[in-house]
Order: sequence, then C-alpha cells, then structure tokens
Amino acid sequence: VSGRRLPQGGLVDRAGPVTFGFDGREYEGLEGDTLASALLANGVVGGFRSPILGRPRGVMSAGPEESNAFVEITEPWFDAIAPATMVRLVEGLTARPVAGVGRLPDAAPEPPRSVHRHVHVDTLVIGGGLSGIGRAWSAAGAGERVMLVDERAAFGGTSMGLDDEVNMGGPSVREYVDRALGDLRASPDAIVLSEAAALGIYDAGYVLIHERSQPVERLWHVRTQRVVLATGALERPIAFADNDRPGVMLSGAIHHYVDRFAVVPGERAVILSANNRGWAAAVALAGADVPVTLVDPLRPADSTPGPDGVDVLAGWTVVGTMGEARLEAVVVSDGTNLRTLPADLLGVCGGWNPSLQLYRAIGGTLRWDETHSAFLPGGGAPAWLEVVGRAGGSSWSPMTAPGPPLLFVPGDDLSRHFVDLQRDQTVADVAAAVDAGLRSVEHVKRATYIGTAVDQGRTSGALTSEIVNHLLGSDPGAQGPSNPRPPWTPVPFHVVAGPYRGPLFDPVRVTPIHAWHAAHGARFENVGQWRRPWFYPRDGEDLDAAVARECLAVRTACGIQDASTLGKIAVVGPGAAVFLDRMYSNAMSTLKPGRIRYGFMLGMDGMVFDDGVAMREAEDRYLITTTTGGAARVLDHLEEWLQTEWPDLRVYLTSVTEQWATAAVAGPRAREVLRAAGTDVDVSQDAFPFMAFRDGTVAGVPARLARISFSGELAFEVWTSGTDGLRVWEALTEAGAAFGLTPYGTETMHVLRAEKGYVIVGQDTDGTVTPYDLGMAWIVSESKSDFVGRRSLRRADLQRPDRKHLVGLLPNDPDELLPEGVQLVVEPRGAPPVPMVGYVTSSYRSAALERTFALAMMKGGSERHGETVFAPIGDRPVAATVTVPIFYDPEGAKRDG
Amino acid sequence: VLLIPCPWCGPRDEVEFRYGGQAGIAYPTDPDALSDAEWADYLFMRDNPKGAFAERWNHTHGCRRWFDAVRDTVTHEFRAADPIGRQALREDR
Repeated sequence: VSGRRLPQGGLVDRAGPVTFGFDGREYEGLEGDTLASALLANGVVGGFRSPILGRPRGVMSAGPEESNAFVEITEPWFDAIAPATMVRLVEGLTARPVAGVGRLPDAAPEPPRSVHRHVHVDTLVIGGGLSGIGRAWSAAGAGERVMLVDERAAFGGTSMGLDDEVNMGGPSVREYVDRALGDLRASPDAIVLSEAAALGIYDAGYVLIHERSQPVERLWHVRTQRVVLATGALERPIAFADNDRPGVMLSGAIHHYVDRFAVVPGERAVILSANNRGWAAAVALAGADVPVTLVDPLRPADSTPGPDGVDVLAGWTVVGTMGEARLEAVVVSDGTNLRTLPADLLGVCGGWNPSLQLYRAIGGTLRWDETHSAFLPGGGAPAWLEVVGRAGGSSWSPMTAPGPPLLFVPGDDLSRHFVDLQRDQTVADVAAAVDAGLRSVEHVKRATYIGTAVDQGRTSGALTSEIVNHLLGSDPGAQGPSNPRPPWTPVPFHVVAGPYRGPLFDPVRVTPIHAWHAAHGARFENVGQWRRPWFYPRDGEDLDAAVARECLAVRTACGIQDASTLGKIAVVGPGAAVFLDRMYSNAMSTLKPGRIRYGFMLGMDGMVFDDGVAMREAEDRYLITTTTGGAARVLDHLEEWLQTEWPDLRVYLTSVTEQWATAAVAGPRAREVLRAAGTDVDVSQDAFPFMAFRDGTVAGVPARLARISFSGELAFEVWTSGTDGLRVWEALTEAGAAFGLTPYGTETMHVLRAEKGYVIVGQDTDGTVTPYDLGMAWIVSESKSDFVGRRSLRRADLQRPDRKHLVGLLPNDPDELLPEGVQLVVEPRGAPPVPMVGYVTSSYRSAALERTFALAMMKGGSERHGETVFAPIGDRPVAATVTVPIFYDPEGAKRDG
Repeated sequence: VLLIPCPWCGPRDEVEFRYGGQAGIAYPTDPDALSDAEWADYLFMRDNPKGAFAERWNHTHGCRRWFDAVRDTVTHEFRAADPIGRQALREDR
C-alpha cells in the first residue's frame, strides 16, 4: 500500500467509515472525502487509462483541472463521466474508471432529475477561498443580497493550510472559514452553495451556476449587480519524459490532500519545483514523516539547505520516471550525473496561472506579468466584474519563481513529454505543429486537439502557449492560452433541460372537444402546439381507408370537423376597417355587417404571410381568423404595424382563439343535420347565403352559424363559447347520425381542400410565393391606395413570367402517389445537371376522383397546362400531366347544397 | 442574456422580448414614387454600426408594447429606452 490516512487533521469526519465501490472492489473512506482522496487514502492512485494511447494513469490533481482520473458513477446516481477529484464521497457510491470518454447506458436507470432556479442578488462571489469568503462576508455585513458559490464540497480554497494564520496573528484558516460561513448561512439574504460551478458569465450580470446536488441537480440563473471572481490560480505542470506515470501529481494537489483530507498519497516522495510554492508540498509531506527529496532546477547547487526532513537537490532536474502500474523511481540529473531516486510519489510545480477562463469568456483579456511569470487580468471585462485574490494577481508572494519558468526538460526525444494528458499530446506534437508552419496557439490547438478534452486544457493551456512562444523564439507571454468558452465545467444535458421535458417541454393545447375525439378513436397530429384529430380509423382501417371513407361521407352526405384551433382575433374600434384594409391584400372596409370575406395578409416583401376570413360584426367590430399555427404570429404582425406605424388608429386587438369552439358541418345534408340538432336560425339558401353569418341558438345554446366552406360542399361552421363546445358537438353528432354525419380529421380536410385547389399557407406556400403565383390575382385589391406588401408586388422580379406558379398534377398512372416535396423535371434522362422546374407541395389519393392527384409549384406553370413533367423517384421518372389546380366541381355547383 | 429596459415594465430578461431591427425607418409616404432600388433599400438595407445603435424591441411576453432603445453593439449596454416616437431617443442617438 502506498498512501494512507493520517491519524489526525483535515476536514474529514472520523465518526464512522463511508463504504464505497471502485472498479469492482469495496473500500472505506470518510465523510468529507472526495472519491479521489478516499482512493488515495486506500493506496489507490491509478487504475486509469489515457484515452488514446492507453497508458496507465493516476490521480494528478485535487480539483477541476483533473486530466486522468475520470469515473462513471452508477450508484447512488448516474453520471457518465466525472473527475474523481470533484465527486463527494457518499455511502454506497459506486464508480469505475473511464478513459476520458463517457458513455450513456443502453437503458437509462431512472431519468435523472434537475430543476432550474432564478435569483437576483447584489453581489455574486465565484470561488469560496479566503478572498471570496472575505468579499461575501463584508458584502453581507453591508446589507447586500449575496451569493457565494464554490465548485468543491468544502470552502476555504487551496492556497493556504487549515492551520495557517489568515493574517499575521489572526485566526487560523479553519476558524476564519467557520466564522464567515456561519454568519453567511445565518443571513436570510445570503445564498451559499458548495459543489456549485459557475458555468459562464453573460451580459448584464447574468450567470449560470450548476449545483451538483443529489438526487436533484440544480441550474441557477443568477442576475447580479456585481460579480466578484475569486477563482484562484491553477498550477502549471512541467513536461519531462514519462511525466504521466501514476504517482505524478501537481505539487499543490499533494499539499491539499495532506492538509484537507489528512491523506498522504505516497510513502516516498520527490518534488520537482521550479517555483517557491512547490516547497509547501515538501514541507507538508515531511510533517507527515514521508521522506522527501526536493529537486529544484532553478537554484544554484550551493544554495541554502531545505526545511527539516527535506533533502534538497538544487541545480538538478527530473529527466525521467520508472515503474509499471505505478511510479517506482525518479531519474534526476545535474547535467553530468544521473541518479535514480526510489519514489512512489512525484509532485510537480512549474508555476501558477490565475484561473481566468470565466473572465476571458465575458471579454476580459490577459496580460503577461514577468514578475509572476503568469497571465494576469488585462482589462476589457464589464465594469460590474471584479477579480480578487490570487486570480487577480494579489497574495502572490509565496508563488514566485527564482528564475524564468521551466516548461519542459530538454532532451533528444520529446515524444513522452506529455503536455495534455487527456489528449495524449506531447512537446513533440506541439513542435511538429509549429514545424508545420502553425504560429497561432489557436491553430496549434486545432492541429493537436490540446485543450479540447473534458478538462478543457486547464493545466495544458498555459503550458502549451508558453512552449509555442519558446519554440517560435518569442518572449514569454507573447501569446496566451487559447480562448476559453463556457461552460467552465461539463454540464449534463438533463440539467440544461431541467424539468422542461416531456409534457413540460412545450405546452400542449387541446380543444374543448378533445375528450370526445380521444373516446372515438381519433389519431392525432401536432399542428403547432395543438393536438388535432388526424383521422378516425374504424375497424382496423389504415390512414388511406379511413380518409377515403371520411372524404366520401363529406362529398355524398356530411361530415363534421373540430375547427376550434383556428386562430381568432377580435379587431375592434373606429379604425378597425381602415386598419384591416391596410393589412389584407383585399378590401375589408367594403364588407357589410353579417358578411364574411376570405383574405390574404402579405409580408412587406409581397409574399403570402397568412390567410383566413374576416367576419364583420358591426361597423367597428371584426372577428378575423388565422391559420392554426399562425395565430400568435399574425397577432404580433398586426400589433407591430398598429403600434409602430399607425398609433393614431383607434383599434384594439384581442386574441379570442380559446373563447370559441367551432364545429364545421360540411356536405350536401348539412342543413338537415342543423335542423335536426335544433336551431332558430333559418338555414335555407334564400335566408342564409354563402359567406354570411347569423347569431342564434343551436341545440339550445347561443351559437353563431357561418357559411364558410373549405371543402367546396355546402357547409356551416357552428361557433359557440368554448364551454359549450363539447355539448353542441355531441348534439350535432347525435342528430347527424341519421344523415350519415361522419367525424373527419385534418387529413380528410387536406384532401378535400386540395381537390378544390385551395392552398394551405405554409404547405403550398413557403414565404416566396405571391398571390399572383397562386393564380389568385382577384384577392389583390387594385383600388386600395396602399396595403402591406403592395409596393413589393410591383417589383419587376415579382412580375417575371417564369416565376413558379401553382399547378395541378395528374400522374399518368392513377395509382401513382407522388411524394410531397419531390422535384419536377422535363427531361428526366437529360445530361446532368437536369434543370428542375418545380416541386410537389401536396399529394393525395382522391376518393371522389378515384385516382391520385397533386398540387405543385412550377416555373411558368400557368402557361404549361397539358404538358408532361416527370418526378424522379429514385431511378424511376414518374410522368404526370400539368393541369389547372382544381379537380372537383370547378363550377362551384356544390357550394349551396 | 441581455437585460432590456422596457419603458413600461422596467428591466426584464431578453427572453421576454422580440427584436425588431433598426429603429426610425419610417414607412415611405408614397411607396409608388420609389424606384425598385429605393424600395429595396427601405425594405432590406439596415445599418450595422459598432457602438450606439437605435433599435426596436417588443415586450412580447410582458406588456406587448413596442419601444425604441439605444444599445451599444460592443458592450450590449442599453443607454436609453423610450416609447415609440419620443424625441428624446432621436437626440440621444
């Protein structure tokens, strides 16, 4: 066993053991451990593998910069990949090593839970070391709303020992942290979170924080007046031959394990330190009776002796390591002599760099500081962000170096001098990239993938950029590490999704009649957020059979469809008529009260934007309908024009979609159905013309009847209040049974309207289609002085005769169903590229026509009726004849029943 | 995520708003008098300055009002926000 728990010290609770499993074996740790510290206490440093080369690896850090020790957690929660250094040990924790790439289980054990929380604070402090705690404590004392977060389970940072004095003669770190956190946690205006990593800082003090709480993880959305970055500094490793062997660690990690967890990660240690701070690890190990040799390459050979219990090899350096699954010896050299030092632990300190990834991602720059041999904040971040403590370059005196930074130990072979452990990239790989002509660190990163693994180059970033500077002969710090981007630490997708999954992902809207549809076996389809009946299969019918039956019922008897989802907007006020004249391409001011008109709204570019009808209820009141999916869009469009261009018009717009329920009764026997259901409205042709509406009762309930047809048949829409919708629907279906009244869905509606050549905006149009392209010049008013889209329609390009026009298509084989979206060509066997002349927008089997048919947009199509075109389906050109886009009852004889 | 000062509701998250592009592009008094090129210029061409930019926002998931605001396109800082048509904004630009 190499590594053990000290009898006293640290922040661990020795009350009882915590049992955990790792790689199939059971171990014991203590409350307060991380998985990594518990493993080290059991003498386990390795068991990990590098992702690409498969080299044995071990724990190399004590924090989020870990590059080797990744685990999959299976109990008591699931995590595909997490650094063992950041996993808090809990009873029953079960984990196994993963080589840098996590994988999701075939069957999810249980959907992981997560919530989002939104808070507003005055000051958010990121980093719970001494600087951060101090800032949070004083802000709370000044009455501010404060939030203090740290990504580790324990506060107090990493830079000082628990028993060190915070200031000369002041309290110990342990006492200071306890007192400050006690005050903060007692304050109702302070939020203190551990295991909570700030993922990114965004505009106007918006910060995302991932709290790894279990069993429910949290994503905090914080809006703060001030951000205090107290993220400390990360240690920079040194590259030398076989510097990746298990047992090689950052020196600060060794200090942290001894001090905070009372764990010595080895029995015989060497520290390679090119920075004064490396001595702290040597002292800590010596204090735990571990024999230590401190190799200090930057000091002259005859410099002062080291602290008690530490052998100092000044002027020597590490040139290699030996061992199998674990470090067994360290090879050192003074330039002439070689020595082999037995050791199972090698601490490395190449220097330090402030942890400024979050700072840079919100616009902060880096400045090379020669005194510190480090990149300090260089300005450019927003004024509400402040960097304090080591991250800001203060309290830096123990971390200076006696000479220029040591990046890598020179040698003939640099191919095992690892720079990025997780990408298995070495000094030789960086040199190859530079030799290939790459000069920018960003390019070297993309050529080598350094910094792109799970650890995001926390230890390799500054090392790589310094090696590049060195290889190019530039000054140290000429280029800094490549640009970091959020998130700072990996965040599971389920946390990003939070509770907004399944039914909470997007609202599901159903009509008041929905329960009836479900009870009658409807198959539903999604239209925007709405669930609409698609078809009503009977006796095992498939879609085609059900739709054929429903279509025939409407054409020969009658059918009923739930049309409640159509968007409805009340347009009210003395300016309503003028306003709608400006918004529709046709005139709405000439509509008489009690009458209905179909209209197009165009975009400013002249393209069809939406369609629907307008009912004029009074001189100053209209009720307009929109497509089901377009309701919100149309209301926004109307509001924009009303508010920004014509604020002088006195008009109010109100969405009333859900105030109404609408049942469309269509077919030659529609009048009989209404009379049987009971209505006080005279539905005869003489009393009730097409495109008129009447208010009265149906089945004893206040209702509006509107003669609108989207099928070409005699049809009445029955509008009632939403609450009466189901009752009236049931009355109609019961009364209609005697007349063959058949419920039909959206698929039948699509077939029926296509047989009549009625377009669906968004299916037959795509935002590049004008009313003229659809052959609907009649819907564009020539007499109105102006309307939205009018000037664009006069652009030369929209007058071109070879624009695509709406046409009908009859496949020469009446059983051939053209796929919607298929391209049309004239010469299917022509030499490529074969010009495409159009595409199919709608295609169905028609029960009435006893054949297939389609609608298409086709270049110059209005002049090409009768021609043959081909739809290439795979290798097979399918011939079809171009026709007028109307297939059923072209003279409109069915409309009045 | 921007913090947008709605002149009616106060500062609110960006997710509550819809962007409306450059402010102060008046609808031409006589569109027919414009050439196709002039019309296209009105319809499609917008400024893209580095720095102060007057733009339109709609508080879609709030009061549903449109307003003009001046935003610094470099810092994303809002310098002013005013109901549509207020002179103050035009002068602050």
